[in-house]
Amino acid sequence: MNRSRSRGWLGALPLLAFFALVFGVPAVALVVGAFTVQGRPSLTNVSQSLQGGYLTAMIGSVRLSAVVALLGAVLGTFLAYAIVTSRFALLREAVLTASGVLANFGGVPLAFFWIATLGNSGVVSGLIGLPSGSLYTFWGLVIVYLYFSVPLMVLAMAPALDGLRPQWREAAANNGATAWHYWRFVALPVLTPAMLGGVVLLFGGAFSAYATANAMVGTVVPLVTLKIASALTGDVLIGYENIALALSLDMVVVAGIVMAIYLPLQRRTSRWLH
Amino acid sequence: MAALTGLERVPARAAGPAARPRPWRVMVFVPAAVYFLVPLGASFWYTVYTPTSGLSFSAYGELITAEGFARSLALSLGLAAATIVLVLLLALPAMLAVRLFAPRLRPVMEVLCTLPLVVPPITFVAGLSTSLRVGVDVLAPTPFWGTLIAVQDPAFPLVLVLAYVVLVLPFVYRSLDAGLRTMDVRTLVEAARSLGASWPYVLFRVIVPNLRSALASASFLTLALVLGEYTVASLLGYEPFAVWIVTVSGSKGQLSVAVSILSLLLIWLLLLAVSSVFGREKRK
Repeated sequence: MNRSRSRGWLGALPLLAFFALVFGVPAVALVVGAFTVQGRPSLTNVSQSLQGGYLTAMIGSVRLSAVVALLGAVLGTFLAYAIVTSRFALLREAVLTASGVLANFGGVPLAFFWIATLGNSGVVSGLIGLPSGSLYTFWGLVIVYLYFSVPLMVLAMAPALDGLRPQWREAAANNGATAWHYWRFVALPVLTPAMLGGVVLLFGGAFSAYATANAMVGTVVPLVTLKIASALTGDVLIGYENIALALSLDMVVVAGIVMAIYLPLQRRTSRWLH
Repeated sequence: MAALTGLERVPARAAGPAARPRPWRVMVFVPAAVYFLVPLGASFWYTVYTPTSGLSFSAYGELITAEGFARSLALSLGLAAATIVLVLLLALPAMLAVRLFAPRLRPVMEVLCTLPLVVPPITFVAGLSTSLRVGVDVLAPTPFWGTLIAVQDPAFPLVLVLAYVVLVLPFVYRSLDAGLRTMDVRTLVEAARSLGASWPYVLFRVIVPNLRSALASASFLTLALVLGEYTVASLLGYEPFAVWIVTVSGSKGQLSVAVSILSLLLIWLLLLAVSSVFGREKRK
């Protein structure tokens, strides 16, 4: 028993050591740096990171992520339902494959796609007479982020919708339920955990996205990731790196809260659908 | 936006008594198709047509000779290869060991392999760049200083490999975990060991062949992630492929869109490879 346990540690040790070094050390540096000003412990960074332009950026990020998550969840769920109930197997396969590709299609190329489409010299913006700069706004970002968020929601919801058994609907109908009753009291409660899980995934994806926003809007739309990047690289004033760390800490806290909601829900999802 | 709001009227229709409500499905698919396909078409049109010179595929031809294209792509591929090797070497033995000898470590592993998903990459970079900066100062009198400098060599920044291993760990973990679930690891290992196989033999001749599809999908996912990674590389000041695209976009708009289309195709091919590997496995 003892020998086998030591073997277990031996196999896992490289990964644990690697993780402690490459993830643990930066995490400690982040927390320590966030509470340090010129070598002394201080709360200045954190309080400054929750004021003025930084607060605006944080609110902007949370608002953008929330809008993308909710819109993406609603649209993605309908699209997923349309696919799952479709009689055309080929269409179903094609849409699911495309969702897999587009859900992974983020970052810089996504930004260039939309710049070429709806940007100032874009192909479609010329056709529909879009005013210059329309893409580089809050709602422009929402439209762009939905391009990977909706497919992600489709992927998250398709298995759950597939798990809705026709018998449930029949049983509900036999007991006199209308379609509305079926959706309200049977289907939606079963789907809710998966939907909330999807909302969290979408929120996280939009919240931490940096490459797309950076390539698209630069600093036009205040977002916390853009502020962190400019504090890390642009501003050479002493102490600004620690503002970046404080902002990062704020982000981790927000992401952590969101995850704390997600994980228990994900466990509940599997109760009905397997 | 009109394309998007078209979807929202659906529930009223879907709730109707009709057994096969067709019109609402059209109302979902058509706007969705417009929203997802128009940018594809428009981007392609953007790369091949200019009002001054008309139709031309020169953006795609120009790509190969463009300054920095070969260098940045080679760097990205090298980083991806190193990341794949390192992450598999770290994750596979650890997961096997946990499965066979230390099931109590399993929750720990699961948390570790979920953390990089929870923590936004940009905050990871902030911590990483700070620890590199502080590390160089702190370690200056020790021999580790040289290591820390070597790791940041711009010709092949190992620090990016280390960061990418952390970022892809959740995906690799899930992929390998799914693979390990499909076989009885304990029986296989015990059978091989009782027949006198050494541990390396068990690992490479018994486990790895059974895990081929999981290893392949983990590698493809890692490749896709590393090729498209921008945040970490740009903020640490290196120029692999994704960073190069942004640099070049300032002067050559068409070129950057052309590269974006190619990268979408690449993701599609990689995912196709993943699913076909898995599909073949299932058919067996």
